[in-house]
Amino acid sequence: MVDIHNTRDTHYRLLDHCIPHIYTFVASTRTLDEITSSVPIFPGSHFVENYMQALSAGSKDVGATVGTMMLNSLIMALGISFGKIFISLLAAFAIVYFKFRFRMFFFWLIFITLMLPVEVRILPTYKVAADLKLLDSYSGLIFPLIASATATFLFRQFFMTVPDELCEAHRIDGGGPIRFFFDILIPMSRTSIAALFVILFIYGWNQYLWPLLITTDEKYYTLLIGIKRMLAAGDTQAEWNIIMASSMLAMVPPVLVVIIMQKQFVKGMTDTEK
Amino acid sequence: MEKRVVFKNKILPYLLLAPQIIITLVFFIWPAAQAIYSSVLQEDAFGLSRVFVGLENFRYIFSDRIYHNSIYVTAIFSFSVAAISMSVALLLAVMADRAIRGATTYKTLIIWPYAVAPVVSAVLWYFLFNPTVGMIAFFLKSLGVDWNYALNGKQAMLLVIISAAWREISYNFLFFLAGLQAIPKSFIEAAAIDGASPAKRFWTISFPLLSPTAFFLIVMNIVYAFFDTFGVIHAITEGGPNEATNIMVYKVYHDGFLGLDLGSSAAQSVILMIIVISLTVFQFRYIERKVHY
Repeated sequence: MVDIHNTRDTHYRLLDHCIPHIYTFVASTRTLDEITSSVPIFPGSHFVENYMQALSAGSKDVGATVGTMMLNSLIMALGISFGKIFISLLAAFAIVYFKFRFRMFFFWLIFITLMLPVEVRILPTYKVAADLKLLDSYSGLIFPLIASATATFLFRQFFMTVPDELCEAHRIDGGGPIRFFFDILIPMSRTSIAALFVILFIYGWNQYLWPLLITTDEKYYTLLIGIKRMLAAGDTQAEWNIIMASSMLAMVPPVLVVIIMQKQFVKGMTDTEK
Repeated sequence: MEKRVVFKNKILPYLLLAPQIIITLVFFIWPAAQAIYSSVLQEDAFGLSRVFVGLENFRYIFSDRIYHNSIYVTAIFSFSVAAISMSVALLLAVMADRAIRGATTYKTLIIWPYAVAPVVSAVLWYFLFNPTVGMIAFFLKSLGVDWNYALNGKQAMLLVIISAAWREISYNFLFFLAGLQAIPKSFIEAAAIDGASPAKRFWTISFPLLSPTAFFLIVMNIVYAFFDTFGVIHAITEGGPNEATNIMVYKVYHDGFLGLDLGSSAAQSVILMIIVISLTVFQFRYIERKVHY
């Protein structure tokens, strides 16, 4: 079914698809003059220089270095993914393995979070964060985003498929729920956790609106906010070489996670359907 | 569906649920209730006075020309993002489905942009189309196109649509490819033996069988275009020029956070809430999912 013509066609289309990446890389290896005075096609010789300047000095329009901002983004992404996974595991465990009053009520309460993205409750959520003194802090970047209906449902689905005999045997041996959770359930959920981690890491790393609202101190800027601040350089010429180097750096962690954990990524996408 | 074997403990389940529920109440339910509450109030920006005004805020925004424009812009934007990203993704998926050698490499290259944040994707396209430094802008100018999205609303719209759609191609691609690979090869082979051309095989067999996937993706793409593209607008156009890219989510942020028009912003939030609730209900009610409740 495959002929050479088709394959070559596919190559071209893929190339089209990747042009923004390639060109960004080219620009990130040039000086600002080279970028503004002509259209470079091939990478230049300023790779190390631009990236070092971005990482250690940053752009003159933003008070923080790209190194600091990457660290902030990383803290936020890891905090959100581990936080979401952990509290969702706990919640799913409670819902599946216990009978208690208001069980379904709590279940629906969690479900509602699906329908309330930050985008529809910008101001009041900001006010809550301000009242709780969460502005300009890592807790403020992480906690408001770690409730997760999707993760809770995913783990609930998975726990439902765990054979009852395992739990029965554990109880006959005299084990309690906490031991069962940590010694049996969590190790069994490894693949689901990994799949979810990939999706959530990307979600956390790519957060934009929330950090934009609650960070005013450069010390807590995430990289994406920093890049936007570099763009808004006002009357001066935007430092495209540094912006492009920073954009490359902003792409590297999530893209690496996707490439290294591609199988889990695809599983996570199709499992959570989100 | 219930577990046969359950643990008996009166307090533990509540403790286990506590973190998730506390976060949900404090950062989701309470702010949403606040938004609904302030949507029926008239407040000044300093919080000194509050007057109950009923549905006055809603009446105001629905008679506001700028809000009408915002609804229109949002409709054009989300429809175009869905249409462009889905058609390109389908094309790529059909080709990847046919390719046997190097299929994994193709897949990796195509799904890669999904990991790129909407705002970074916006910066990349912004750079390519930037009138002073961009490669595509140079090219367009050499063709005689008067390219300046900072002044021309239509060009600005085109730019944000491309930036938003590009990343979504990867998402759609994954689902289309999975859908194509789930179609039994015997269907296609039977049609081939009967002498149907590849195009005919695609339109009469593969395409109809993909329709549930396509339907699901339309909803997901609209949700994405509505609620996840704030960064694209904020980074490239900030709603301009002259409101040409002022999508509803951006307008809520702009009116509430920058303009401090609390009542109007809250009313707009409530409208968005209604939209996202309808989309979610629609998605769960009518679209087949693997998750059953």
